[in-house]
Amino acid sequence: MDHQLNPHHWVAAHADYLFGFAITRINDEELAKDLVQETFLAALEKVAKFEGKSSERTWLTAILKNKIIDVYRKKSSGLQNKMVKEAEDEQSDFFNADDGHWINNNGPKEFGIEDKDRLVSREFELIMQKCLQKLPALWMSVFTMKHIDEEATEVICTELKVTSANFWVIIHRAKLNLRACLQRSWI
Amino acid sequence: MSYLKRIIYNCKQATFLIEKRSLGKITFREAFELRVHLVGCSFCRIYKKQSRVINEMVQELFRSSMQADRKLDDNFKKELQVRIEEELNKN
Repeated sequence: MDHQLNPHHWVAAHADYLFGFAITRINDEELAKDLVQETFLAALEKVAKFEGKSSERTWLTAILKNKIIDVYRKKSSGLQNKMVKEAEDEQSDFFNADDGHWINNNGPKEFGIEDKDRLVSREFELIMQKCLQKLPALWMSVFTMKHIDEEATEVICTELKVTSANFWVIIHRAKLNLRACLQRSWI
Repeated sequence: MSYLKRIIYNCKQATFLIEKRSLGKITFREAFELRVHLVGCSFCRIYKKQSRVINEMVQELFRSSMQADRKLDDNFKKELQVRIEEELNKN
């Protein structure tokens, strides 16, 4: 059966969900609230185009996702370039410039997360959050879209205007910095 | 440096291939080079394990913070629904 839209119950049924979706991705309460509002208003204008193929919530979430990508785009231009530069500089400590080998002190060490059946503590979660927030916005956007939203690589490249080669470089660098930050903070 | 030696030393390239393989495709040759590298490099073997676990943990973190009680305040919601009703009445 086709799905229906009922804007009279949108806020009651979906506002908290959309807010949670937005805030886990952009980490700014005021901005997340604005995005929820913009999502509903944009959705009203598209009601006529709704074909009933997806549920109301999925459809609204797709609209919100596009708004979040707009935020990603804005965040990763301008001032952010400085943050990318700093994050890249950090990496010259990881590998020997000549042969690409790990620089001894910064090489991966086991620190208790290698076991699959580990018990993740609240403390570790907080460190993870802190380390994620240190990533430059563009890296975080690429990382989130790929790992959490499982978007196709081509979609991410188009939306965030990065080349395919640069996409893989960013995926690699984001993980290197994240892992190093976890190791530094946890040991 | 010989071809094999370059592969054996180059952890930067090996970790790049680990990431690329976990999300996309690498070539047959790259897969071979990665395998050769991992046999001799305990750093990168640890990296590989950690990388996978980090992916899982980030996903869990997002899932659990989605389920956490992050609610909008009632006033905001009321105003929002009023705004929607206004828009609906315009048409």
